[in-house]
Amino acid sequence: MSDQTDFNSNNDNDVVVSVRIRVARNLAGFPFTGRASDSQRQEVLQMVTHAPLGGAFPDGLAWVNMTQASAQERQLLVERHLVSKHFAQSTLPRALGLGHGEQLGVMVNEEDHLRIQSIFPGFRLNEAFDLARSFDQALEETVDFAFHQRWGYLTACPTNVGCGIRLGAMLHLPALRYSGEIERVKRAAKDLHLAVRGYYGEGTDAIGNFYQVSNQVTLGASEEELLQHFRDEVIPKLIDYERTARQMLLEKNRPLIEDKVYRARATLKVARLLGAEEATKLLSTLRFGISSGLLHNLSIECVEQLLLQVQPAHLAQIDPFAAEEEKGRLSRAILVRRALGDYAEGNPEI
Amino acid sequence: MVHEVVIQNGNKMELHLCAEHAAAKGYILPTVPVTQILKQFAATGKSLKAQKAAARCCEACGLTFAEFRQTGRFGCATCYDSFMPSVAAIIERAQSGAVSHRGRTPKRIEGQADRAAVRRQLIKEIESAVAAEQYERAASLQGRLHQMGAEKKPPTEPTT
Repeated sequence: MSDQTDFNSNNDNDVVVSVRIRVARNLAGFPFTGRASDSQRQEVLQMVTHAPLGGAFPDGLAWVNMTQASAQERQLLVERHLVSKHFAQSTLPRALGLGHGEQLGVMVNEEDHLRIQSIFPGFRLNEAFDLARSFDQALEETVDFAFHQRWGYLTACPTNVGCGIRLGAMLHLPALRYSGEIERVKRAAKDLHLAVRGYYGEGTDAIGNFYQVSNQVTLGASEEELLQHFRDEVIPKLIDYERTARQMLLEKNRPLIEDKVYRARATLKVARLLGAEEATKLLSTLRFGISSGLLHNLSIECVEQLLLQVQPAHLAQIDPFAAEEEKGRLSRAILVRRALGDYAEGNPEI
Repeated sequence: MVHEVVIQNGNKMELHLCAEHAAAKGYILPTVPVTQILKQFAATGKSLKAQKAAARCCEACGLTFAEFRQTGRFGCATCYDSFMPSVAAIIERAQSGAVSHRGRTPKRIEGQADRAAVRRQLIKEIESAVAAEQYERAASLQGRLHQMGAEKKPPTEPTT
């Protein structure tokens, strides 16, 4: 897997970290995953992993057998948001298909037989939509999906029925959090039938002020209408709220913001031991500092990369000893100091 | 025991009758207080209704409605038909009042969709909504019915 983040400079990345399209599908003729027998689940796995995908995916997907993956590998996939925590911890026969340089991830035997996901950095919603759709259509050439004349594509949970599509964006909303406006935004989002979740999705905290926003209605509108509403109305509005809050904070309370940002940078530069959550919060503040014009010698791309590398399973890839928590804290601090340019071998004073 | 007070020509007369004599005089004696009877009746009715609903079972996968209520997850595609009309109410609530799919249709069933069945179902639900004075819901269903009429019809063979 590559740690490279494909960054487009003109994609609202000051607020939009990434976008995700998730499509839920079930194979016709089989009970849904939760009700199917293990042999039926195996059959679903076989059908999906061996289905020819045609010209759009000439190399097919790279399949990861989740039952054979180690706990650390599964954790790595969670940290990359390629699988849900639920899917990583499940004991059912299941697999993950990866394609297009990890921009496409297909979970087989999640709550639904298929959860097709495409994830793009920044606000590249159209590209994410097109990729997910092209896989959905390519697969539909060879397998039949459960479909109902009235309810559309059928899913295990009725909240996903219809188009079965969820459009999501990972937003960085520090100013709305600092100003206390985030609760009001969450209430407004609820009225607009949007779900606002934490860093790793449902039931997780918004560590580092990262929030996942997604549509909750999947029925009664076409895929294009849902996309258009989310892309042209919902997300621009949230971007606007956050930018206004940043401006207000800097105008009215600049020393407070500067203090937060510079303290975060100083801590990251000198810390000898760093926990994953602490590092995430401090890096989030750096990200805010860069996008607010307070920090100039750092790029959002660099911080994005560090945000991923400081997570436990990623860190263990770089330093196998970091799997132990205490050694991980030491290793993480070195990694960050090195990335921020303040680490020199044999110079313990820095 | 029945207490009877009779006032006749300004004279007050009190009678205390046992159950047997009261019945002989034509009094109908409730053996259990009526409130209790109603409560029992309501409870029995509710429990029977609830039990009947919970025991409903999907003919394809065997999932009971009670199990669905517990997990919020259907067992298979047939559950959507097996648990009607409850399914319609649940979906509409979960989907902010949306009453049917308007998105993409799989190629394999394009042009052979049994739209008439969906129409019949929608008309039935409009009638029920009007009867229950749920006018907003009726309007929403009506809107969908109109949309179905306006949507592109499946291609037909060209005539010469």
